Amino acid sequence: MITLLKNGKIYDPAHKKNGVIEDIYIYQGRVIPKPLDPSKISQTFDLSGKVVMAGAIDMHSHIGGGKMNIARMMLPELQQKQAQETKHLTEPEAHICTPHCSHNTTHHSVPSATDTGFRYIEMGYTAAFEPAMSPVNARQAHLEMGDTPMIDKGGYAMLGNDDYFLRMLAAKKDQKAINDYVAWILHATQAIGIKVVNPGGINAFKFNQRRLNLDENNSHYQVSPREILQSLSRAVHELGVAKPLHVHCNNLGAAGNFETTLNTMGASDGLPMHLTHIQFHSYGTEGDKKFSSAAAQISEALNKNKHITADVGQILFGQTVTASGDAMMQHLNAKHANPKKSVIMDIECDAGCGVLPFKYRDQNYVNALQWAIGLEIFLSAEDPWRIFLTTDHPNGAPFTSYPHLIRLLMDKSFRNDTFAKLNLDAQAMSNLPSLNREYSLYEIAIMTRAGASKLIGLNDRGHLGIGASADITVYTDQADREAMFAKPDYVFKNGELVVRDGVVTKVVWGATHTAKPAFDIGVEKDLKDYFDKYQTMQLDNFKMSNDEISHDGRGSVVVHNNKQASL
Amino acid sequence: MKNYTRSNEPISATCPACGLLCDDLILNATGSESVKNGCAKSITFFEQSFQTDISASASLFGKPCDLNTAISAATDILRKSKQPLFAGLGTEVQGMRALMRLAEKSNATLDHMHSESTVRNTLTMQNSGWLTTTLAEIKNRADVILAIGTDIVSSHPRFFEKLVWNTDSLFNKPVPEIIYLSVPAENTQAGMATNGTAPTVIPADTASIPEIVNALNALLHHKKIKAETVAGVAVSTLQAVADKLKSAQYAVVVWSAASLKFSHAELTIQSIVQLINTLNENSRAAGFPLNSGDGDTSINNTSTWLSGYPTRSRFVNGKPEYDTYHFSTKKQLGLCDALLWVSTLNPRALPNSETPTVVIGHPNTQFERAPDVFIPVGIPGVDHTGLMFRVDSSITLPLKKLRENHLPNLSDVINKIEASL
Repeated sequence: MITLLKNGKIYDPAHKKNGVIEDIYIYQGRVIPKPLDPSKISQTFDLSGKVVMAGAIDMHSHIGGGKMNIARMMLPELQQKQAQETKHLTEPEAHICTPHCSHNTTHHSVPSATDTGFRYIEMGYTAAFEPAMSPVNARQAHLEMGDTPMIDKGGYAMLGNDDYFLRMLAAKKDQKAINDYVAWILHATQAIGIKVVNPGGINAFKFNQRRLNLDENNSHYQVSPREILQSLSRAVHELGVAKPLHVHCNNLGAAGNFETTLNTMGASDGLPMHLTHIQFHSYGTEGDKKFSSAAAQISEALNKNKHITADVGQILFGQTVTASGDAMMQHLNAKHANPKKSVIMDIECDAGCGVLPFKYRDQNYVNALQWAIGLEIFLSAEDPWRIFLTTDHPNGAPFTSYPHLIRLLMDKSFRNDTFAKLNLDAQAMSNLPSLNREYSLYEIAIMTRAGASKLIGLNDRGHLGIGASADITVYTDQADREAMFAKPDYVFKNGELVVRDGVVTKVVWGATHTAKPAFDIGVEKDLKDYFDKYQTMQLDNFKMSNDEISHDGRGSVVVHNNKQASL
Repeated sequence: MKNYTRSNEPISATCPACGLLCDDLILNATGSESVKNGCAKSITFFEQSFQTDISASASLFGKPCDLNTAISAATDILRKSKQPLFAGLGTEVQGMRALMRLAEKSNATLDHMHSESTVRNTLTMQNSGWLTTTLAEIKNRADVILAIGTDIVSSHPRFFEKLVWNTDSLFNKPVPEIIYLSVPAENTQAGMATNGTAPTVIPADTASIPEIVNALNALLHHKKIKAETVAGVAVSTLQAVADKLKSAQYAVVVWSAASLKFSHAELTIQSIVQLINTLNENSRAAGFPLNSGDGDTSINNTSTWLSGYPTRSRFVNGKPEYDTYHFSTKKQLGLCDALLWVSTLNPRALPNSETPTVVIGHPNTQFERAPDVFIPVGIPGVDHTGLMFRVDSSITLPLKKLRENHLPNLSDVINKIEASL
């Protein structure tokens, strides 16, 4: 029962394969060497002329948890609009899919959990990671991801605004104690990484602070974002967690915030950090409108600081919704919501959230410049292993717009044509047309496969080497890269053919990826006391067991070795 | 008192009787203190639950039958139906997941028994949004609590005990000041502080709440009110409330959509939300909408991540649609051609209907007229495990199985019906 993928053009950057013609053999869900006995090959796909890559991995996409459900609940009009549009189109071909899936229509910015899995796999993505699980809400995030078919998933647990950690930091607890707590959180929330959102700021908002700069103290704990970043990045590093600390910087969206971002790069004393949706943190204050691109400064620093990785968080024009843990900045920005409504929450002395619908318009100066800034960063990043393709789904745009974004990166004339239609003042403030770079298929494969896998520490995903999990996407090489990446010919998940011609043919359920470094369980003694005194649930109920993910026979938990992935 | 537990050892339990979802209960084998950390609601819930027959039989038109016969009769009814109504929906997350799959397959309309209340909040959230908080924030931060039209404890009995009169809090907050607006004085005992400080009680009719909240909004915007009273309340009293809210470190405004029983109550909730938004321009405040129970928060969240919509919703050719007006149980009872009534946490009576009716629910469910099919199922958190959302939606907690029994789970029954449709 061996499957042979014959004569494909292989783009596998983890093994430095740049379009070589090779065969791939799959047995029991894994890539295997060429079998000695060819009679065991039961199925052959002739991929002559086709582009073959590992399944894509979205390392930052809000796919599950409280704020996504709030976004769905508060915006029924978006889904209704989509349903109307579907009616006016010819019915898509019959296929195995959810009956309410939305082929060939404009995408919904916050698809249901089920649709999320279908939309991803149809584009050749085989894994996506929820970057903002608040620890108290982890169970809901995993429930939603558990109802997301087709793809693998995982989450980053948010720390750095929780009272327990800030209290430890204020009390100058030693790094070992911090490490134990961070490891305990990874276990309790079934996470694969740690994220910090607006370090200290979400918490400070609860004490009525409205902004928090990198070296400004949270008024209650008298600790600064810089200290939070130092402590958490060290904890993640010393625990041997592959995924570097995932950082959503202070001052998201504010003009002039690029200085905070530049300074944040230095906050970890050279330890690895990942700065997420960096486009939203690359704004200057030049020009008449006091809002300008600081992509050049940010890119220069990014190129120089080898310990820093970043994903872009590209914005694309249209209606979407922004859902963030950053209650402080979302409250500040609520006046820009479109339609005008916002849900803001303070959550359990642990976290916060803010959900605002948003419409990015190409004739709006700020929006047009945001679009250009994201692309400027993409095109100025020298090392594709340290930059990642995201729209911060759904905040910059829904993930379903990735094929469009890929075309913008790979096709200069398409990019410049789009640029020429933007708000003229914004055009005057961007150097985008002077950037001639066009991403290659190899570089796209790094950003969306090999690099993402290496960053998160997925070991057996994101590449096509022997032993790799056979998550494989096959495309027709087309000049129109948007069309090419929107509709792969074949997608294999764990060696099974699940998508043919961009349409799901078989429903499968992916695994949940986690990291579980060793720690001193003694940490629970103080935590138990803390929960009993100050929290409103029992410590035992805060913790999620493996069984909660796997009990229904669909889900499964994969634990990754807690050391840096080596490829 | 009954021995609640499987063994003679005390056992910890999570109580699904109200939205607080207290998980610090200890059910003891013996003694009058049979439920430690219990409240009026939880004691009633567990007593009622443990009095049920653990081997109650399914029935057709009141005549006992075996489970498989009942399931195939239920399947027949749904198979013949073009427009079934799934109402009640008193269940937890896992039960709702199963119901959603069946609804998608059978083109059903879905409405929870407490939607009339829930929808008032949902409409507000969909129109303007809101700024809200959760239990642990209230416990550790709230120094002023304004309860509008609700005594809180009737629906959420341990609110004050657990979250307001707690002696341990993280930020050394003062003893909270409690203000009741439009709550009968005799129901405000829970607002009496442990140090003897009485709550501020502002009597007013429920119908006057919109007027009073609007006056509060005007005062927060420094508008002069020429009248001396608004709906019988002295403007000076309202000014004092506004001042307290403004000077609070963390003011919490609590309301219960269930108690706002007048038309377009969502507009009043919106006024409350505006009040909170105005306060947040300079200081901190947050809202806290209470829920109604019977799994309302759980089923609406589950429905939302699975279909994109909370209830009231329906499936048409497998596609979800949403309409808080047309898809109400009341409206749909006259239109549907089959009714599936689900109430597993409590034996809630089903509405009168002439259509073929399947009831899957609490073993103690009473009927005026025996339904076509009745399938008694286990009680979540007593007879089987489950998952529930707390009133604040941010926390989902596991429910435990507390006793051995022969009752099937709702989700098992629904899955069997779905498989044989």
